[in-house]
Amino acid sequence: MNLSLLILVPLLTTMAILPAKGRKQIRIIALIGSVVQLLLCFILLYFYRQERKAGNTAHFLFEDNYSWYAAWKINYHIGVDGISVAMILLTACVVIAGVLVSWKAEKLSKEFFFLLIFLSLGAYGFFISLDLFTLFFFLEIAVIPKFLLIGIWGSGKKEYSAMKLALMLMGGSALVFVGLAGLYFNTNSFDILQIAGMNVPAEVQNLFFPFAFLGFGIFTALFPFHTWVPDGHSSAPTAASMFLAGISMKLGGYGCLRVATYLMPDAAQQYSQIIIVLACIAILYGAFATMMQTDLKYINAYSSVSHCGFVLLGIGMLTKTAIDGAVLQMISHGLMTALFFAVIGMIYDRTHTRQVALLGGLMKMMPFISTVFVIAGLCSLGLPGFSGFVAEITVFMGSWEKAEAFYRIATITACASIVVTAVYILRAAGKVIMGPVVNNEHLSLPDAEWNERLAAGLLIAGIVLIGAAPFYLSDLINPGTEMIMKKLTNLLNK
Amino acid sequence: MPADFFLLMKQELIITIIIFILLFLKIGKKEWQNRSLINFINTLLFINFISGFFAARNGVLFGDMFRTNELLIFEKNLLNLGTLILSLQSYHWLKKHKHVPEFYILLLSTLLGMFFMLSSNNLLMFYLALELSTIPLAALANFDLEKPRSSEAAFKMIISSAFSSGLLLFGISLVYGTTGTLNFEELAKTFTLHPLNLFSFILLISGFGFKISAVPFHLWTADVYEGSPVAVTSYLSVISKSAILFVLVSVLYHVFIPLNDTWYNVFFLLSVLTMITGNLFALRQQNMKRFLAFSSIAQVGFILVGITGQSAEGNTSVIYFILIYIFSNLGAFGIINLVSAVTGKETVDDYKGFYKNNKALTWVLAIALFSLAGIPPTAGFFGKFFLLLAGAGKGNYLLITIAALNMVISLYYYLRIIKAMFMDESDNPIEPVKTGFAPGLAMIVCVSGIVITGLASGAYQYIYSLVKEIR
Repeated sequence: MNLSLLILVPLLTTMAILPAKGRKQIRIIALIGSVVQLLLCFILLYFYRQERKAGNTAHFLFEDNYSWYAAWKINYHIGVDGISVAMILLTACVVIAGVLVSWKAEKLSKEFFFLLIFLSLGAYGFFISLDLFTLFFFLEIAVIPKFLLIGIWGSGKKEYSAMKLALMLMGGSALVFVGLAGLYFNTNSFDILQIAGMNVPAEVQNLFFPFAFLGFGIFTALFPFHTWVPDGHSSAPTAASMFLAGISMKLGGYGCLRVATYLMPDAAQQYSQIIIVLACIAILYGAFATMMQTDLKYINAYSSVSHCGFVLLGIGMLTKTAIDGAVLQMISHGLMTALFFAVIGMIYDRTHTRQVALLGGLMKMMPFISTVFVIAGLCSLGLPGFSGFVAEITVFMGSWEKAEAFYRIATITACASIVVTAVYILRAAGKVIMGPVVNNEHLSLPDAEWNERLAAGLLIAGIVLIGAAPFYLSDLINPGTEMIMKKLTNLLNK
Repeated sequence: MPADFFLLMKQELIITIIIFILLFLKIGKKEWQNRSLINFINTLLFINFISGFFAARNGVLFGDMFRTNELLIFEKNLLNLGTLILSLQSYHWLKKHKHVPEFYILLLSTLLGMFFMLSSNNLLMFYLALELSTIPLAALANFDLEKPRSSEAAFKMIISSAFSSGLLLFGISLVYGTTGTLNFEELAKTFTLHPLNLFSFILLISGFGFKISAVPFHLWTADVYEGSPVAVTSYLSVISKSAILFVLVSVLYHVFIPLNDTWYNVFFLLSVLTMITGNLFALRQQNMKRFLAFSSIAQVGFILVGITGQSAEGNTSVIYFILIYIFSNLGAFGIINLVSAVTGKETVDDYKGFYKNNKALTWVLAIALFSLAGIPPTAGFFGKFFLLLAGAGKGNYLLITIAALNMVISLYYYLRIIKAMFMDESDNPIEPVKTGFAPGLAMIVCVSGIVITGLASGAYQYIYSLVKEIR
């Protein structure tokens, strides 16, 4: 299977959108493009499983390697392991859902869908890259569409948020760049596989790990660099919020895992306690900050900070189970938060408010939307049967494997946040969905339409599938995390 | 020998011929219409650009005073291309101007000066060429004849460049006094760390710093850029600067070899100062020209980072970045030039709501600005990445950390323009601007340059092979 197709399809879609005339044509092209992409992802999944069943134990499958900038030994090197396949599937789902919920977008719809698909192109490229330069290229490609999507189609203080997000993420990229340059000049290679095969000196790792980890950490809302998340996510239009929280934040987590931890395991060991402390602060702080929010989008944005803290906690613990949990949490949170933002967008489209105080009793007029809201909420607070539970319990079990007092305390602290999560989710759901109708004008509002039902259905299917049958996903990512662990344990036994 | 003479100096001779054709046109009896005259000149410039690609040859002339090789020819071609793009972009401005032939005569004279400067193999030759490339520029700065600010700009420019030439000449005379030679190859062998040599080096670098407006020699830049006509501003900040940077790299890499460690430190300091100052001043500019002027100071700071690399990769990255810089900065200036010529509007506030009436122009300007900011998939990303990577080659990670953080600051002010164009509302946005054939062509060239030179690695590899050949 040729992985470049994953970049080519979105690229062709954007090219097809350019000459299209009229809103209807444009959105159909965007939908066709993203559906083709999803099918492609399933084909990739099928072939991937075939290969693994046939006993192919290579770390990365379907590799392609072309020389790009020979003077710097930069290659266009792509390939996937289970983790990337899972992330790619997640991206495809979120993009389709995003296109569907934006079905009615009127303002400059050509530019909107163009930028949305272009944004997804960066994510696909990022997840399949095996060359640090290519990876960095795709990481940064998203700056333009993110800025424009929030700034043009956003709401509230959109310009401020767009600027803040663009600058903070660029700052993250700047740090990542220094990390990459350091790796390059000490290994003379940009190739992830080659660098992984070398023993990078420990002092080099210790110097450049913080740059890389912090840089990617900013993308995944590492405390204290999480401040772009609430503003950016709440100002963005629905589809962009879904993508930002669902995918963009995962780029950071994936980068922390694949670049920082995998390539610099010595240093990961060295800094693991700091990472854990920061992750715990993010988890607790995010949860408590959410309790104080009155805007539905801010509630979900702050809870994203808290949930992404679990990803970092899992990575920081450096045990096999915890890293499995981190990856599961990335996927689960990606689906769940996209669903949440989608449903908040649906409510906002109808009631034109996101303030919890101004909403109430939505169950009466919008049963479908309300049910989806409750499902997203329950997944977020980690109810068994949904993906959130699977991911969080795996992280906690992985963390518990470490017996020292420090790790125990960290784990217990992180677990405690679940109670807070339950408080804010149940409170919001109770008020908005169940409570008495606040505004009588809301009584005449319609329920979800076909496109919204489809989008929600797709994401819920993912959440329930992972929740009910987690072994499919964990089997998929297992070889990938095993390789990372191999690198880490080699070191422990040294 | 004569055949050699013509072939080696081919590019210089063609420019001279064009200058003479223009002179004859000017003194001739026939009254030319501006339109046809400009089209005619653009055709000549196009022929000039194309002819640069044929019959490349290495060699020296005039007793080692003049040398040429494939890399130099490539650099001259770049300058030719930039001049052609600029000339196409200035169509609307020149159309209404009374002195079109004079404009081109002066412009091409400076270009000729730059060519000789690139090819100079001797400090004296270098100085002569530098003056030829500077003095007509001051006259060009005065080309908005009825605007007093334009005269002011010209005056400031001539005074300050005379001062910097003085420094340069003092440096050159000290060099001759201590080493007894002005030839570049011999200088590379005889230069030492003697205090007088160091002093002369500092003087030379000050002269250079002045011309590329590196901080702390940048103070003349903003006023001159603001007062001059847009076409001249873009010529100053793109073509003229590129030429001096080409020479600077070649002088540093091939002549001041004995001083490598010294000039490394000097340029470390210069680049940090230039990046930071240029960025801080660009943050708050309201006039588009002034804004691009300060942002181009910051860009020079990034180029200096690449120069500190002291490697073939560093050399290549600088030339490659300048290639991209020509496309991106001219792309941005092209729009400002066009809008200024048609509507007379030049401030950032005027550009509010620009997207409403001018979709294509906004995208071109946005792509150019993103390229200047170094965001993929534009070529600017590749250029910046390689510059900084080359800068890290000596193991100085502090420098590239500063540079990378400066890229974040620079992103802010580029985004400020993007925000004004796409997001801000305005009561009277700029009316739809008619582009016309020539400026439209220039835009297409710039945008395709910005998109292609990065994603396809051909240009970089080609420059790399040329640089390798020289070393």
